[in-house]
Amino acid sequence: MYDKNKIVTGLVIFVAIVTFPFWYNLGKAIPAPEPKLSEKAKAAKECVVPKVDMKSEHMQILDLWRDTVVRDANRVYKTGKGKTFNMSLSTGEDSCTGCHDNKAEFCDKCHNYASVDPYCWDCHIAPKEKKPEENK
Amino acid sequence: MLELALKGDKKYWGWVIALLAVIGVAFAVYLKQLDFGLGITGMSRDVSWGFYIAQFTFLVGVAAGGVMVVLPRYLHDYKAFGRITILGEFLAIAAVVMCLLFIIADLGQPMRAFNVILYPTPGSVLFWDMIVLNGYLLLNIVIGWNVLEAERNNIHYAKWVKPLIITSIIWAPAIHTVTAFLYCGLPGRGFWMTAILAPRFLASAFAAGPALLILLCLIIRKVTKFDPGKEQIQSLAKIVTYAIIINVFFLLCEVFVVFYSRIPSHMSHMQYLFAGLHGHGALVPWMWTSMTLMATSIVLLVIPAARKNESILAFTCVILFIGTWIDKGMGMISGGFVPNPLHHVTEYMPTLPEILITLGVYATGLLILTILFKVAVGVKEEVGGLKDSCESC
Amino acid sequence: MGNSRRSFLKVAGITALGIGTKPVLDVFASSGGNGAEPKSEVSQNEESLTAKRWGMVIDTRKFHSAEDLDPIIEACHKIHNVPELTEPRHKIMWLWGDEYKHVFTHREHELINDRIKHLPFLVLCNHCEKPACVRACPTKATFKRDDGIVLMDFHRCIGCRFCMAACPYGSRSFNFRDPRPFIKEENKEFPTRMKGVVEKCNFCAERLAVGKMPACVEASNGAITVGDLDDSESEVRELLRTNYTIRRKPDLGAGPSVYYIV
Repeated sequence: MYDKNKIVTGLVIFVAIVTFPFWYNLGKAIPAPEPKLSEKAKAAKECVVPKVDMKSEHMQILDLWRDTVVRDANRVYKTGKGKTFNMSLSTGEDSCTGCHDNKAEFCDKCHNYASVDPYCWDCHIAPKEKKPEENK
Repeated sequence: MLELALKGDKKYWGWVIALLAVIGVAFAVYLKQLDFGLGITGMSRDVSWGFYIAQFTFLVGVAAGGVMVVLPRYLHDYKAFGRITILGEFLAIAAVVMCLLFIIADLGQPMRAFNVILYPTPGSVLFWDMIVLNGYLLLNIVIGWNVLEAERNNIHYAKWVKPLIITSIIWAPAIHTVTAFLYCGLPGRGFWMTAILAPRFLASAFAAGPALLILLCLIIRKVTKFDPGKEQIQSLAKIVTYAIIINVFFLLCEVFVVFYSRIPSHMSHMQYLFAGLHGHGALVPWMWTSMTLMATSIVLLVIPAARKNESILAFTCVILFIGTWIDKGMGMISGGFVPNPLHHVTEYMPTLPEILITLGVYATGLLILTILFKVAVGVKEEVGGLKDSCESC
Repeated sequence: MGNSRRSFLKVAGITALGIGTKPVLDVFASSGGNGAEPKSEVSQNEESLTAKRWGMVIDTRKFHSAEDLDPIIEACHKIHNVPELTEPRHKIMWLWGDEYKHVFTHREHELINDRIKHLPFLVLCNHCEKPACVRACPTKATFKRDDGIVLMDFHRCIGCRFCMAACPYGSRSFNFRDPRPFIKEENKEFPTRMKGVVEKCNFCAERLAVGKMPACVEASNGAITVGDLDDSESEVRELLRTNYTIRRKPDLGAGPSVYYIV
């Protein structure tokens, strides 16, 4: 073929770059983390929806909540089972972080593993732990 | 056809690399802006739009100016312009891309820009601005590419291109009218709330756009084997003449209305721009320079001997372009925001990072323009470039 | 040979379309929740204060100097985590004070009486009936609620600042940089904002929702009253009936809901 050297060199560089995530992280695979529930959360037994659904849908639920709180002035959420929640991520005792008050052990554990960087915390004040958090 | 842009001499590649260098620096500064926020610019709570939006406003005009070549060719059968319609269309593409980049650069949360499409708000002029700008970009890409490709293959372009061309002729004044409507419907901004804003924008556009096109034609004649044509340049010059006269006339109308009525809230903006207000007058020398440049360009354009002399014409186009740029790209925005709704004066001057990002966007536009013009000239050189792009349109 | 690639592409395209239709239809069919469970519902708090059209009356006769305004401004800015920026260009102000000739530019004159001339007036978002900012916003990030409060959805704002250009009262501020380093005392009960979004007075919607009066009202010692302009029995309507009031730039037709007793 024409320009064989250039093509093969280019191909090698391309493959190296494209497979970078795999060979760079060789040997660093870790098992999926288990987020640690706070005492309050354990006592409450169930969140807004069952754990499995929360895991996959909590962002959708939060999206629904923020639109209805900000735009429609509704703040009370009653689940199909009759339990009521204050639709808030970070305000007050009965908000999400009111119960799940340790961001590093609960939220960040999975988010860091999955490389998810939600910008919620740019505005919503994350619950402070005993040691001072770094502010971005 | 893009492969035509890959064959060039040392000067061509030197120019491309220089542009890429400017773009690289500007991109790095933009990353800093993304990290820090728009605080690295000179904008303030009172003057909340600055250089970026000013450049966008000016360049929308330049993009619309491309229609001044297409309209005579297709609506009035002025065959001579057939040679350079592609240049007008490609200039429009580069200009609209720069507009979009300036808008993105100006957003506080650019990653959310898609929200304008996710939550369409037909009551907002900005929504329509997004539609007309992107529509015009698409139109010019499709039209330009097809017409050029047909010229290269020595055939008539496909039938469906013609209605698109007619659409683009109507669309061009629309994009600048919508941009003017961003400003002239805001109740608290007396400087912009004038019915003549949209007509003035268009007049300024039809002066600056074709003036730039004349300069580009002269450059093309110098550095390539394609000659856009003396007659074409002269016709453009006549268009520029009328447009700049109308633009200055509209400006004088505004001056009269404001200063004869003596209404303080109307006068204050013009006073700030041309005489200074409460001790603040950073823009005064700029505005008077702009007036002088525009007035001089009118004189040099009206005198036939000066207009027909291509060296003088080139000089005239340069000073006209600078004059209209200051008028629209500097005076228009600050004038609207100063004094603020509480009649306080906060001045605005762009900062260095802001200027660097601006230069980067201009370099991007110039790069796109260079590539597209290289393709167009390449095609014209290939087919001999002496005849009209389509003889039986 | 001539058409085989073309026909292959045609078949491939139609197949892709066919395979892709079901997932797309599925997304549209499901309404974002589990269909099996009984439906959840949203509602307002029982104790939330409601109105058909919120309005505010500021009795300027109760103020005498800028010092009188400071605790009110402080109350508002503190509970909403409004940052105190040192660079004047980047100032964020939800509520502030200014002189009569600046606040009421359409009716000021040289020979105004002494009391008014030097009195600082409170300036804030007027929560207009026909807000220009809401018309301008391309994403409805700023919107007017049914009860008349003009609010910001900070999640949606793209920071284009068209609303700032549109507001005839200069009530809006933009976060030119990250505000957090400039917040003296964070109030954990209310979020901060991030860089790149516009903000303004929100009429303490979050306090109204739990039955409390806006912070400025509570801090004003009775000088500021808030209530339902559409309820002829309300306190604000009583104040408007019995006192001479003015609004800012009424001739612009925006319909500001903030009235000043002078």
